[in-house]
Amino acid sequence: MTPQPKATILTADEVRRAMTRIAHEIVERNKGAENLALIGVHTRGIPLAARLAAKLEELEGVAIPTGMLDITLYRDDLSEISHQPVIRETHVPFDLARRRVILVDDVLYTGRTVRAALDALIDLGRPEGIQLAVLVDRGHRELPIRADYVGKNLPTAKSELVKVKLLETDGLDLVELWDLNGTADQ
Amino acid sequence: MTARPRHLLDFEGWTPERLTALLDNADTMNQVLERPVKKVPALQGLTVCTAFFENSTRTRISFELAARRMSADVVSFATGNSSVSKGESLRDTIEVLTAYKVDAYIVRHAAAGAAHLVARYSGKPVINAGDGRRAHPTQALLDAYTVRQEYGSLEGKTVAIIGDIRHSRVARSNAELLPKLGAKVVLCGPATLLPADLAALPGVTLTTNPREAVRGAHAVMALRLQSERMSGGYLGSLQEYADVYQVNERLLAEAEAGAIVLHPGPMNRDLEISADTADSPRSRVLKQVENGQAVRMSVLYHLLVGRE
Repeated sequence: MTPQPKATILTADEVRRAMTRIAHEIVERNKGAENLALIGVHTRGIPLAARLAAKLEELEGVAIPTGMLDITLYRDDLSEISHQPVIRETHVPFDLARRRVILVDDVLYTGRTVRAALDALIDLGRPEGIQLAVLVDRGHRELPIRADYVGKNLPTAKSELVKVKLLETDGLDLVELWDLNGTADQ
Repeated sequence: MTARPRHLLDFEGWTPERLTALLDNADTMNQVLERPVKKVPALQGLTVCTAFFENSTRTRISFELAARRMSADVVSFATGNSSVSKGESLRDTIEVLTAYKVDAYIVRHAAAGAAHLVARYSGKPVINAGDGRRAHPTQALLDAYTVRQEYGSLEGKTVAIIGDIRHSRVARSNAELLPKLGAKVVLCGPATLLPADLAALPGVTLTTNPREAVRGAHAVMALRLQSERMSGGYLGSLQEYADVYQVNERLLAEAEAGAIVLHPGPMNRDLEISADTADSPRSRVLKQVENGQAVRMSVLYHLLVGRE
């Protein structure tokens, strides 16, 4: 059985509104945008971080430095997986010291990617604080990790897949829920 | 991508695609080495054994650091000047180490094929760190990486390797690797030190004329000349060798403008390479050493990450 799309979770307009709301929440929580930095987690966290940076600049008139993070070398399942993950670029062209870093990813699920991202980030420097922004929180956490900013809370079954498509990587903005027919986890 | 090779004994079974991925990942490893914390947890929980049955300083340190940078535990076994022979005693040694739950071996041995034996006896991934005159694949990989770093690609580049080709595992491994990545190799040395059979390798040409060898070369590698070659009757005199085959500015005038100079080390200054060339802006000798660590981290990643 091949996976089938079950439902549209966010349309392009809803993705845009969710990102706008997250940008406002970031400004409110941090009392502005001074000393903030945005770091996107490969793959789709990177364009989401860029969008948030543009939105924050629009709101506050401050250019926010952005970076990209690859967590491959920090995964806790490298000895278990059958394939060999491709290592992608980590690029953080600014000093993390005295900055509040907002880590950006598309889907928060078990929390293991975020755990790896925290380790990777701390190896790059010592930020003043780290916050987490995600487009979708689908639940099923395996670690005590939660997001500070969530575009959409979505209760899911493990037999389902949340598919995020973004203009920059997939040619359109869309979040769908797919049925894996009980095959594998995302 | 085809199934990944289990070992790096030479380049048999390593496709250009996989070799390119390995060099690409070395870029990332170099970035790791620039960070405040020069360490990633990719190989945490694994134990790597460096089993050196032949003297080595730089290669062993490079491998040990590479393994530690990837968070592997490292156990070192060295038998410099020992009488460890091929066969039973090597087998016994490896079987004992394997009983200690070693996950991978990095092997250097004076006998060609020793790394293959370790692979057979241990059943674990093995990286050949030099076996006799046969192969030294990670040295060739770091040489290729250094040339690629300079020019962006190896495609269409020419690498001239000058010196004692006969006894050089570095030359053999480069002759095997570089053409797989699109480069041409010119091997050059005195006729007594230039085995004709290497001309059969694709992308490899042979010449005894160093000026002809470096013409159009983008990189020129000088090989260390061991003084014991004199007693073997391979050379008339070291001075005579240096007069003709030394890599120096006069010879490099025939190469491509901006050609870089490589040497696997350690160097005999003013014998196979002039001191001023070794210290010139063309020299990438220290860059090779630096890149060696990143390339070896990438090799460990490619062999040890993921279930077999």
